[in-house]
Amino acid sequence: MWGAVGLLLAAFAIPWFLWESPRILAGLPVWLWWHIGWLLLTSGVFAVFVRTAWGVGVETEPTEAV
Amino acid sequence: MEKLTIQLGVIGAYLILAVAVGLVAFRRTDRNAEDFYLAGRTLGTVVLLFTTFATLLSAFTFFGGPNLAFSAGPEWILVMGLMDGVLFGILLYVVGYRQWLVGQEHGYVTLGEMLGERFDSTGLRVLVAGISLFWLFPYVMLQQKGAGQAIVGLTDGAVPFWVGAGGITLFMLLYVVVSGMRGVAWTDTIQGALMLVLIWSAVIWVVAAADGIGVATEAMATSNPEFAALGGGLYSPAWMLSTAISIAFGVTMFPQINQRFFAAGSKRVLQRTFALWPVLVLLLFVPAFMLGAWATGLGVTVPAGGNVLPAVLAEYTPGWFAALVIAGALAAMMSSSDSMLLSGSAYLTRDIYRPARRLRGALGANREALVSRVGVAVFAVGSFVASLSAGGTIVQIGNTAFGGFAQLTLPVIVALYWHRTTRAGMFAGIGIPQLFYLASVFLPQVPGAFLGGWEASLFGMGLGLVLTIGVSLITTPAASERAASFDGLRAD
Repeated sequence: MWGAVGLLLAAFAIPWFLWESPRILAGLPVWLWWHIGWLLLTSGVFAVFVRTAWGVGVETEPTEAV
Repeated sequence: MEKLTIQLGVIGAYLILAVAVGLVAFRRTDRNAEDFYLAGRTLGTVVLLFTTFATLLSAFTFFGGPNLAFSAGPEWILVMGLMDGVLFGILLYVVGYRQWLVGQEHGYVTLGEMLGERFDSTGLRVLVAGISLFWLFPYVMLQQKGAGQAIVGLTDGAVPFWVGAGGITLFMLLYVVVSGMRGVAWTDTIQGALMLVLIWSAVIWVVAAADGIGVATEAMATSNPEFAALGGGLYSPAWMLSTAISIAFGVTMFPQINQRFFAAGSKRVLQRTFALWPVLVLLLFVPAFMLGAWATGLGVTVPAGGNVLPAVLAEYTPGWFAALVIAGALAAMMSSSDSMLLSGSAYLTRDIYRPARRLRGALGANREALVSRVGVAVFAVGSFVASLSAGGTIVQIGNTAFGGFAQLTLPVIVALYWHRTTRAGMFAGIGIPQLFYLASVFLPQVPGAFLGGWEASLFGMGLGLVLTIGVSLITTPAASERAASFDGLRAD
């Protein structure tokens, strides 16, 4: 599940759907606002991950040597 | 003359502050290698966050990045945001946390040491360290070159290049040799904070002078309509993605960043660093690169071969502030270089000097302290001397270093997580992509990009992954390999 979230966060850090859009809002291009919002969201998701799922995939149980 | 005095005064004051912090850190430093290279694995959140951050930022953030935004458009913010804010954050968890756990368990100081022990192979240890030093040395040299040129530019040549570059090298040597990682981390924290404050002051100053953000962006969109629209010119999806991916994976294996994964004080510190990371990235890159992009609409003229940021500041802010920002740029260079010197010394003395001398186990405390400090000095003086005369090839190695380091990342991830990885798999997965990547950089017969703009480093990474797994599957591990040594690791 978290793998998919990570992939999603990486996939839309650049707003591909705004490609070639020249719109400007409140002094900055719309695509830049998207990026700023997306990174803030990323930070929020990272924080939730830290609280709820930290260790998943990385911490492992001891296993017999293969 | 008065202007020169102020400029040199500002920079001198900054350098003295950096050394003073190093000296304070020295009073808390023990003589063993773990303390010298990793600050005894005790770094707290603010320090780890800022030292990693400041280490990542080089002369490029202040000069190269804004230059690129000036010439090609502000989309560079997206590339760096994806690379640093998202991808590196994820790698910080996948590689960084895993390595921290392994390091806590086995006490490793370098990447080569970790892999060499796991696969019971001194050859692998030397190979990893050798590849890392090959890419690191020219990169340090480029930083010294940048520092020298920045001082020459600021003083209009009153301070010659060798004095500028040599002076910066000497100051770094002073605090690195004296206080090791603790001194580096503390000075980095100040340097990182200084950079943030300066870049935001610069933006506020310039935006106020240009009658607000809206006007500045309007002017940019009028003079370069393609800048406001996403994409175009240099920025193709293939180029943006390959650049972001290859730098993010490369950064992870840069010795000075990789060693920080071992240095965190606790799990909590890593967690906080991870969550705050994307915000810090935004705070620095958006203002720095927008300044470069806005400059196009403000009619700023950049001298040939010069940098856009100093040109903007010279136009809109007083001389003392421009000098402060140059001090900030020097801070950026020093905070990467000091860490690179320290890590370069760790790789040199632990992974190459020791195996070459067949030294096993711990040296005496005094001997260890001496060897590691001599290592720093050798590295610093060597790269300074190289910066005086180097051209062509060595500059190109420095410029392509990220791609070179990126070739290491996937084999290391495989080794960290997969039992069946064998020594032969690691040699193949690390060695062959390096040769491929070098060929793509230096041989005209091997193209630097494939399939419409996807960079060669990406294909090298894929090759490394396939080779590591494929060769591991068809070979059997030697009896002495410790397949289970990365397992069963928990924070508590």
